[in-house]
Amino acid sequence: MIDLKSLTIEKAHADLTNGVFTCRELVEEYIKVIKEKNKDLNIYLEIFSDALTEADKAQEKITKREGGLLTGIPVAIKDNILFEGHTVSAGSKILENYRASYDAFVIKKLKEEGAVIIGRTNMDEFAMGSSTEYSAYGPTRNPLDPSRVPGGTSGGSAAAVAAEMALVALGTETCGSVREPAAFCGVVGLKPTYGALSREGIIAMGNSLDQVSPLGKTVRDAEIVFNALSKHDKEDSTSVPEELRGKIQNENKREDRRKIGVPWHLFKDDLNEVIMANFKESLEKLKKSGYDIVDIELPYAKYSLAVYYIVMPAEVSTNLSRFDGIRYGFHSEGRDLLDVYRKSRAKGFGAEARRRILLGTYVLSHGYYDAYYNRAVKIREKIKEEMRNAFTEVDFILTPTAPFLPFKLGEKLDDPVSMYLCDLFNAPANLTGTPSIAVPSGFTPEGLPFSIQFTAPHFKEEWLFEIGKKFEGIR
Amino acid sequence: MNIKDVEKLAELARIELSLEEKESLLKDFDSILAYVDTIKSAEVGEVELKYDLYNSWREDKLEPRQFSHELIVGQFPDSQYGFLKVKKIL
Repeated sequence: MIDLKSLTIEKAHADLTNGVFTCRELVEEYIKVIKEKNKDLNIYLEIFSDALTEADKAQEKITKREGGLLTGIPVAIKDNILFEGHTVSAGSKILENYRASYDAFVIKKLKEEGAVIIGRTNMDEFAMGSSTEYSAYGPTRNPLDPSRVPGGTSGGSAAAVAAEMALVALGTETCGSVREPAAFCGVVGLKPTYGALSREGIIAMGNSLDQVSPLGKTVRDAEIVFNALSKHDKEDSTSVPEELRGKIQNENKREDRRKIGVPWHLFKDDLNEVIMANFKESLEKLKKSGYDIVDIELPYAKYSLAVYYIVMPAEVSTNLSRFDGIRYGFHSEGRDLLDVYRKSRAKGFGAEARRRILLGTYVLSHGYYDAYYNRAVKIREKIKEEMRNAFTEVDFILTPTAPFLPFKLGEKLDDPVSMYLCDLFNAPANLTGTPSIAVPSGFTPEGLPFSIQFTAPHFKEEWLFEIGKKFEGIR
Repeated sequence: MNIKDVEKLAELARIELSLEEKESLLKDFDSILAYVDTIKSAEVGEVELKYDLYNSWREDKLEPRQFSHELIVGQFPDSQYGFLKVKKIL
């Protein structure tokens, strides 16, 4: 019996190295929990049949003392990350039974490290949603309270970590899809700098926003995964080359990183009371341990989510045009080629995917392009500029991670806009490409988790890990 | 937006919709567009878009790839002689 609850990557690594347990025993322990709980929680869509053989291979490395920190560590991956020979469906019926023909860059890295990929986790269809209820394979339930949602779209990955069904997990973010479920499940979620982790082999949603994002129980665990995966990949033209990373890091060296900016004007009037109270308590704790808290103004940031809901559907409508029933995935017969497209896409895509494809088609259409897409792109530029300016004054920007506590299943299903608002505080980091980390900040008396989110300048993940670990010590 | 607009969008997006789906989408778009319309009140003025991006090309030469030909062809809904088979277009 392994105590999974207290396990971290470093502890597991030490125990594996010292022979306290083997990789196979560790993986078996997680699979046991999955088999026990998955029927009720619907966190995993599949446990990979080769997980135990991979565990044995990792064990050989450890026995030969060739392993690294991630060797033998059980990792869950979101269902939109390609793993050769394994099914990857993006939570959609249109890709049901689709098998990946190559490995995503992040999977190649995990394999090199000897990590054991144990299965794929549930998600909102094509990563569109905030509750994992828009999956074609049924909703995932929150392990902390199964009547509630785990957040989304990486709800399966966040819930897997929270329910001791994986030690760490990979999700993806387009707008809050890792930080918001991390908040709802009481775990740590890091959205890296855009261009830090390769998007090669990730089923694309919004190319200018998507980023692979690690989840773990502790900031240190997220850091270890990030460090292993944050490498330049020439197959992704937006992956930032190593020399440029170094240059950006050298440009912005600060010895003393104690200044936290809070954009109060974005949420002071209408934030949920208990979330506000927890946020203020967290600020007090940070103040007491020597951080300066200052008020900052980000006048354009209040448009972030509206801008996002123009830019993202525009990218979605172009990205998802490849799913047409011809080359792979779901195919519906029709009288001619056009009819095959129309029927395959009608039956293959769920309601939210269709909604966003049409919305994107609208904002890009002649006559509306200037009023919507073009204007949104300009405001996005303004938000980038004001964030850059803010970071000349402060080292971090702090807000609550989500404006809501985990809500009941079905609560927001009939109202798309209220679902969209879950990501209200997450949008600036995705639109500007800055790194942002969600760290648990306590619980309500009923046991629902709170979370706060630190955002830092580009490629300053290191700063986020530092303050995140400090906060873990004082919360 | 009206039902005719939804039909045009569905045609452009190549998605078949029932009347019920069109009506429900129209209702959703009203509330979504009301929300995103808030950007109209933003004073952006003249914004010069600074694309600090550059194209990232590679030489057009054959490199070994991991792609499995069988796995790709095996997933075609319809194929013949190892090629993808589609309905005639003209």
